[in-house]
This record gives sequence, C-alpha cells and structure tokens, in this order.
Amino acid sequence: MSILVDRNTRVVTQGITGKTGQFHTRMCREYANGRNCFVAGVNPKKAGEDFEGIPIFANVREAKEKTGVNVSVVYVPPPGAAAAIWEAVEADLDLVICITEGIPVRDMIEVRDRMRKQNRRTLLLGPNCPGTITPDEIKIGIMPGHIHRKGRIGVVSRSGTLTYEAVGQLTELGLGQSSAVGIGGDPVNGLKHIDVLKLFNDDPETDAVVMIGEIGGSDEEAAALWAKEHMKKPVVGFIAGVTAPPGKRMGHAGAIISGGKGTAQEKLEVMAACGIKVTKNPAEMGKLLKSVL
Amino acid sequence: MKIHEYQAKEILRRYGVTTPKSVPCFSVDEAVKAAEQLGGKVWVVKAQIHAGGRGKGGGVKVAKSIAEVRDWSSKILGMQLKTHQTGPEGQTVRRLLIEEGADIRKELYVGMVVDRGTQKVVLMASSEGGMDIEAVAANTPEKIHKVMIDPVSGLSNADADDIARKIGVPDASVAQARTILQSLYKAFWDTDASLAEINPMIVTGDGKVVALDAKMNFDSNALFRHPDIVEMRDLDEEDPAEIEASKFDLSYISLDGNIGCLVNGAGLAMATMDTIKLYGATPANFLDVGGGATVEKVTAAFKIMLRHPGLKAILVNIFGGIMKCDTIAEGVIAAAKEVKLSVPLVVRMKGTNEELGRKILAESGLPIISANNMAEAAERVVAAAKGKN
Repeated sequence: MSILVDRNTRVVTQGITGKTGQFHTRMCREYANGRNCFVAGVNPKKAGEDFEGIPIFANVREAKEKTGVNVSVVYVPPPGAAAAIWEAVEADLDLVICITEGIPVRDMIEVRDRMRKQNRRTLLLGPNCPGTITPDEIKIGIMPGHIHRKGRIGVVSRSGTLTYEAVGQLTELGLGQSSAVGIGGDPVNGLKHIDVLKLFNDDPETDAVVMIGEIGGSDEEAAALWAKEHMKKPVVGFIAGVTAPPGKRMGHAGAIISGGKGTAQEKLEVMAACGIKVTKNPAEMGKLLKSVL
Repeated sequence: MKIHEYQAKEILRRYGVTTPKSVPCFSVDEAVKAAEQLGGKVWVVKAQIHAGGRGKGGGVKVAKSIAEVRDWSSKILGMQLKTHQTGPEGQTVRRLLIEEGADIRKELYVGMVVDRGTQKVVLMASSEGGMDIEAVAANTPEKIHKVMIDPVSGLSNADADDIARKIGVPDASVAQARTILQSLYKAFWDTDASLAEINPMIVTGDGKVVALDAKMNFDSNALFRHPDIVEMRDLDEEDPAEIEASKFDLSYISLDGNIGCLVNGAGLAMATMDTIKLYGATPANFLDVGGGATVEKVTAAFKIMLRHPGLKAILVNIFGGIMKCDTIAEGVIAAAKEVKLSVPLVVRMKGTNEELGRKILAESGLPIISANNMAEAAERVVAAAKGKN
C-alpha cells in the first residue's frame, strides 16, 4: 500500500500540450508503471488528437467516461489553473494535483469555497507543488524519480527541492519511501500537513514520517497538535527559514513571517512539545529519522 | 507589490471610502501651493514611503501655517526616514502628501488579509487605532475583533455593523462605518489585494468616519489582470538588486550577512541559509534560481550577489532533479569566468550526473571548492569566508 496514488491510479493530464505538460508527461510515463497510468490528456482545442499516443479529450468529464481516470494532474498556466482544478472537481475525480505556480490567491479562495459549499469529495494537492510519488509504482509531478526507493518512510513537505533533499538523504541511508507528498508553498491550498499525516497514520506500509515545513502560517503547528493525540508512528521534522527576516517573502507566496507569526522557532517549539523530534540542521533529516526507528 | 498611502487612498475613494482632502507633491513649492489650495488652518505634511512607522520616525508633521508647511516640507522631502520597517539606513523621501487637518475624536483600526486557516478574507478591527497594531494583538488580543468574509456574498450589513459597534463607533456613525468596511472589502477583492489597512480610521468631532491613513499591498501573481495597479509601482522604493533579479526571473532578497547563496527552490534556499547560520556565519542573500539554472541566469545571479558590500564567499547548492549536474557545472564555470569571480566559491551538487558534474568542476582550472552534502558545503564556505583555506 501507499497513500493517495499507486500502480492502479489512472491519470488525466490537464495542460498536456504545453511545454511543461509535455516534458513532465514524458518523464512520468517513463517512471515505473507510468505507461499504464497516464492514459488521457485534456485540451478543448485539440480534442480527438493525441500526445505521443495518449488520447486528448475536450474536458475532464469526457476523459473520465472514456478512460476511467480517477486522478488529474494540472500544468495549465496560472490564469486558467483554478478553472482547470474546478473542472476536475466537477468530474468527481478522487484527487487533483495542481503543479502550476503563480495562481492568484483570489482564484484559489473561490475554488476552495465552491469545493466546500458543494461538499465535493475530490481532494486537492497543491497548487505550486512538486506532486506526489509512490516509488516503483507511480510518479505524478515534477520530482526526479530516480532518487526515490521503495520503502516504509512517509515524506510530507511544503517545498520541492527540500523534499528531494530529504528523500535523497533517506535513500542514501537505505531507507526507502512509502510515498513522498509535496503539498506546495501557496497560502491557500488543498491538503495540508495534518491531512497527509492522517493518511500516513492509517497506511499499514508506512512506519515513520518526515514532516518538512517552512515559515508562514500555522499548518505545521496544527499538524503537530493533532499528532500529539493521534499519531501512532514516529514523526521527525525540520522547518526552513530560521534565518528569514520578518516581512520578507521568501520565494513561496506563503513563506512570510507576518505580524510576528509563523516563525520557524515557534513552529519548532510546538512540534517538539508535541513529541516530534526536530532538527535545525537540514543535512540531518535522514539521520534523525533513522534514530527514531 | 506595495503602493504609497496617497495611491491607496485614491483607490479606496473610488470605492466610496471617505478620506480627508489631500494632494500628493514632489517639491516644496508644490506642497505650499497644495496647502493654499486646500485652505483651512491646519495641514498635515506626510512623507510618502512604502514602510510603516512614518510618524514615529519624524515623517509626519502638523503645520499650523503656510510657513510651517514650507518648513516641514523642506525638512521631510529628501530626508532619510528611518522606521522599524526601513532598516538602519532608512529610506529617502521623494514624495509628500499634503492633507487637511482632521478633528480626531476616536482612532480605530481596520485591516484585511487572507486567512490561511479558513481560506477566506478576514476583517480585523480594534478600538486601539493609530498605534502599533502588532503590539495590540500581542498584548491585548481581546481588543482585536475578527470576522471571516464569505467570498460569494461579501461582508454583510449585520457583520459590518456588529464590528463597528464592537470597536466603539458611536451609534449615529455606524452606517458610515459600514459603508467604509464594505467598500474596503470590495476594493480588496476587486484589486486582488493581499493587505488593505486603514490605521487610523477616525471618528471626527462631528461624527464623521474617515480613513486618515491607508495601506494596500497586492498579490504579485494577480498583477497580470491589473495594469492600472502595476502603473502605481514606485521602483525608487524597492531594492535595485531585487528589481534586477526579477528581470531574470530570479527570486532574490538582500540580507546583511557575508555569504552569498545560489540555490534552486525556495525551501532549499531557506534551508541553505539556515545551515550557513548553524556553522557560524550569516547569509548575504536569499536567492532561488528556479527550475532552469541556465548559464544566463547563473551569470546574472553571480553579478547581483557580487554587488553586495562585504560579500566574502559564495555557496552554490543545487539539487539537480530534472536538471542535470553536468549542465549546472558548465553554467557555473561559464558564469564564474565571465564575472571574473574574486571570492571563494563552494559548490554542492546533488542528483542526476553528479559525478560527471564534479569532474567538470575539478577539471575547469578554477579554484572551486567542492562539497558532498549540505553540512560539508556550509562548513567549507564559512571557513573560506574567514580565509581559512
């Protein structure tokens, strides 16, 4: 088992004909079971055509009817990305993974509001995230597949390359991953640390979790407080941005210390108080995880 | 993106927010003319810079005669205004706002931001306006009232009135406060703001509710649909290095340390800064080179980092996932040659073709220090900065 996606997942790619969509669809198809998993694309202007053998449909609903897809990945450029997410939600998929970086916050507020008000069951991962991978089964997103190994450690993180860093350290120590999930760096997003921790907690093939956060917001604190009461497995953590000055946005739209809230120090303290072993040294994330097994 | 007080007031007026009469000015003569035009007996001379805390820093003065308007304007225009938000060097004042004096009975606070938890815009309001609202929130959180705004129906009359009463708006003025709050929200939503603040919102002696100050920031991801707001950008208020970086799609922020860092990815960039600190030095910048570390981008990044006074060494930390390490190595070498790099350079590369990348660096003939992991890289760059190589 694993969380969110596995070898039986069937994926529709929204924005498959753009430069980014094409490149990453190729990479995902080459990874593990990708050839069987990536079965449809969407572009209303190119319906009926195909991308290197993957049929292109006018919309997600049609792709679902014809191919049975249950997950979507979105590479659509920012102005149309929120609408693309909504299209996948309306088609009642299990999960939509939005890679697109730079979506206006207002658009995300609107789409999240509609998802809640209509009680939609579709989960959203991202936006502005690397995606998710279940090693040796399926990779959906932009992470480098080859650094992963199949195993029993769960990884959840707000950032892309820092996730790869953690995965790389685990793999070097001989610790494979059950799934690695990037939840993205935007202030208004879908799945949060707490949601992914819950999934790992219920996954019989995950033994321990690396949780990586960064400055801004209070999602890591919420996850830590939940873990204190409910988590049956060890969790280790790192928070990026101890050195970040307040009021400056550190690349990610959500990575900003505002009103004295959301500092790395504060997050680390809450996590430690909730029984999560934390490190201030990102070079030690793998070692720290090994120490709690 | 940030704008000036006078620009925020222009936007808010369009949405129906009452503000005092005022005129933006670029010279002392303009300021005097503006005061004469406004009439009355009291004027306020306000420095227009993007940072907050202008009053405490001496950038806002009350003038009781035209002579005083001239006097304060000549003192404030051109001064290096230092506030808790400008940093120790301060910010040069290039614009003034000349405003009619107000008869202040109450000073209140209202502000809006996006609340990440509820994923809605939150209206925050307090009876304690005019002062450092962060201190109010920290010391007397019960004095901050909040209401989450529904993105479809907007700020309701009932919620607006309730908040107005809670912060002490007199009954006779509640309807006016409601208009201001609802207009503020409409402006926030329509312009894709990330922050909209009126501090203070005042109640005057005759019961009028007026926005005495205004501040708006905007979501940079939404500027593509607001060309009118982009026009309000004042490059004089921004760090020239950050402006230059944005031209190359680099995300850069100047800091006050002495080790430059060039990293791909925002999270890894912050983590790299943290590691440098852990090994006893401080980073000179945050720099996320993004997904494609091309020769052009790396060269631009080196040039920007090298402008930093006091730069002692550079650390390049790249996790080459999709990007191959040999390509990055060639980019780093080409960039180092082009800028005739004069400070020690430590490179840590991880990912696809890392062995080949390291070989290319070693054979380049350049004095590049290689490192195998983040800890080693930080240790070596800190040592190099201290001249211990």
